[in-house]
Amino acid sequence: MEQTFDLQWIDYAIMLIYFVFVLGIGWVLKRFMKDANAFLEAGRSMPAWVAGLAFISTNLGALEVMGMTGSGAKYGMMTTHFYWIGAIPAMIFLAIFMMPFYYGSKARSVPEYLKLRFDEKTRGLNAILFAAMTILASGISMYALAILMEKVLGWDFNVSLILSAAIVLGYTYLGGLSSAIYNEVLQFFIIVIGLFPIVCLSLYEVGGWPGLKEGLAPIVASKGFAPDAFTTTWKYTGAATSNPMGVEWYGIFAGLGFVLSFGYWCTNFLIVQRAMAAESPVAARKTPLIGALPKMLIPFLIIVPGMVALVLMNNPTSGFSITDPITGQPNYDLTIIMLLKHYLPSGVLGLGLTALLASFMSGMAGNVSAFNTVWTYDIYQSYIRPATNDAEADSKHYLKVGRLATILGVVVSIAAAYLAGLFGNIMDFLQTIFSMINAPLFAVIALGMFWKRTTGHAAFVGLLAGFAIALLHHGLTAPMGASTLVKGGWISVVHVYPVEMAQNFWTAIFACFTSASITIGLSFVTKQKKTDEELAGLVYSLTPRVNMNEGKWTSRPSTLAWIVATIAIVLTILFW
Amino acid sequence: MLDIRIPVGLLFVIFGVLLLVFGIATSSYSDMYAKSMQINVNLWSGIFMTIFGAFMLGWVKLAKKEE
Repeated sequence: MEQTFDLQWIDYAIMLIYFVFVLGIGWVLKRFMKDANAFLEAGRSMPAWVAGLAFISTNLGALEVMGMTGSGAKYGMMTTHFYWIGAIPAMIFLAIFMMPFYYGSKARSVPEYLKLRFDEKTRGLNAILFAAMTILASGISMYALAILMEKVLGWDFNVSLILSAAIVLGYTYLGGLSSAIYNEVLQFFIIVIGLFPIVCLSLYEVGGWPGLKEGLAPIVASKGFAPDAFTTTWKYTGAATSNPMGVEWYGIFAGLGFVLSFGYWCTNFLIVQRAMAAESPVAARKTPLIGALPKMLIPFLIIVPGMVALVLMNNPTSGFSITDPITGQPNYDLTIIMLLKHYLPSGVLGLGLTALLASFMSGMAGNVSAFNTVWTYDIYQSYIRPATNDAEADSKHYLKVGRLATILGVVVSIAAAYLAGLFGNIMDFLQTIFSMINAPLFAVIALGMFWKRTTGHAAFVGLLAGFAIALLHHGLTAPMGASTLVKGGWISVVHVYPVEMAQNFWTAIFACFTSASITIGLSFVTKQKKTDEELAGLVYSLTPRVNMNEGKWTSRPSTLAWIVATIAIVLTILFW
Repeated sequence: MLDIRIPVGLLFVIFGVLLLVFGIATSSYSDMYAKSMQINVNLWSGIFMTIFGAFMLGWVKLAKKEE
């Protein structure tokens, strides 16, 4: 197969050294794992910069790296909407307004916060959905990477799947959340430094940013857009048809910038868990902000090379192609790996592949370490074996359960990966469904945090109603040219969106607003069962103000938030 | 507990030196570097990574001194 790589001993040596290090970190941390708290919550001991880099590394999974490079080739610079408008405002909001309650409530997970703030049934609903979603996501991303490795590197699907799962299991089983977080920091540096040569070489070849603009212009014009539609972000969002994403500015603003991103960054335990592991309330607030700094720059690492890939694809002499060796169709997921192949000689090639493996592992370890916490505390401890009077014995017991849950999580992920291979469409459908729970969840948590009248019954019904509306909307609409019912329209098609992304945005918008209105409405007619004392620390108006602004102004979270916001605005204007 | 800067620093020093030496050894292989437009990426990445790794290890030392 002409697409396989020519790897030399040095490439394998780099991968091997990396594996030794990730397992070694788990091994060293093993002796600190004396109780459930250390294993599942990292003993709340992480410095802000460690938690912050882990925070962003978990998000920088294989699907993100592969998907966003592909999107760079598909949509150009508009892909940065997933970063500058679709992540940064939500991360700042999480840091400044929500972290004090998540961290201060002493809840060990997002479902547990729901239990403290609302009631058991709301927690149960969220815990079970979250556990299922996490494992599913983990399985799908394992499948995606293993299939790529097979297609491009010629590595056996089963071997790469089992081997990478075994390594992740190894270090998370040994060192728990601490090991996952520490490795995420290491993986963050590997991903950035490993992919960096691609950025330099690809930009060098096309003649820098001006050369890229020039190279893209005729290609973009031939697609029927303005020549600079791929190198600008907001300029052509006045009408959906004039930009490659097919969404108007208000769709981007409300869908991506508000519901989807707030739903993801502010409620997803996978992400929030990293900030909860921080060593102090101030460190917890700083965690998302420190993560936001690299997050803003990641587009230059993965989207820009994707854009260069589009130029290369249209240049027959470059020999670059993302044609899938099996289907013969262009496969945008292949973009990053084909770029590695195109530019990197042995040596840095091994490093680039290690970066891909690292992104895969950081995503998967994130899923597994969030799953085992929710499973142990929110499912096992709540419904199977509640805590007894003997706290010490309990902690030992839950440590054992946490470890077993880690194994369970990895094994079920592997099963999910095989299912994804066999029933790809069904798995995609399930993932679409699960992605619908985040938007209503954000509405409910935000109401709970900032409005003390919000009741448990209202939150529960609000969540279910938001979910139902999302399903209904998905069932009644379809993206243009959809060939399978997985993409929507399985009830009947009453509205057609130009692209799938627009459909996702509007599904989330409907779900979020339905959920919010029903929760507000029902809160007026149902009785608040929690007393004001019980809600202290959980709700804004009932929590004594802690002065977060002591110390030098340079070390305050609010200063950092202003810096992050300023950089995001400057970047937006520069690439308007 | 373990200071994460130590494994990060060590790993990048190892990677850096490995690539640096490999880059020097292969510096005359123009076929190999045709892909990267005759830029010896191994050498440059090696230099950069060694400096980064050393910086991480130096930071640990500095932090220890301050305590």
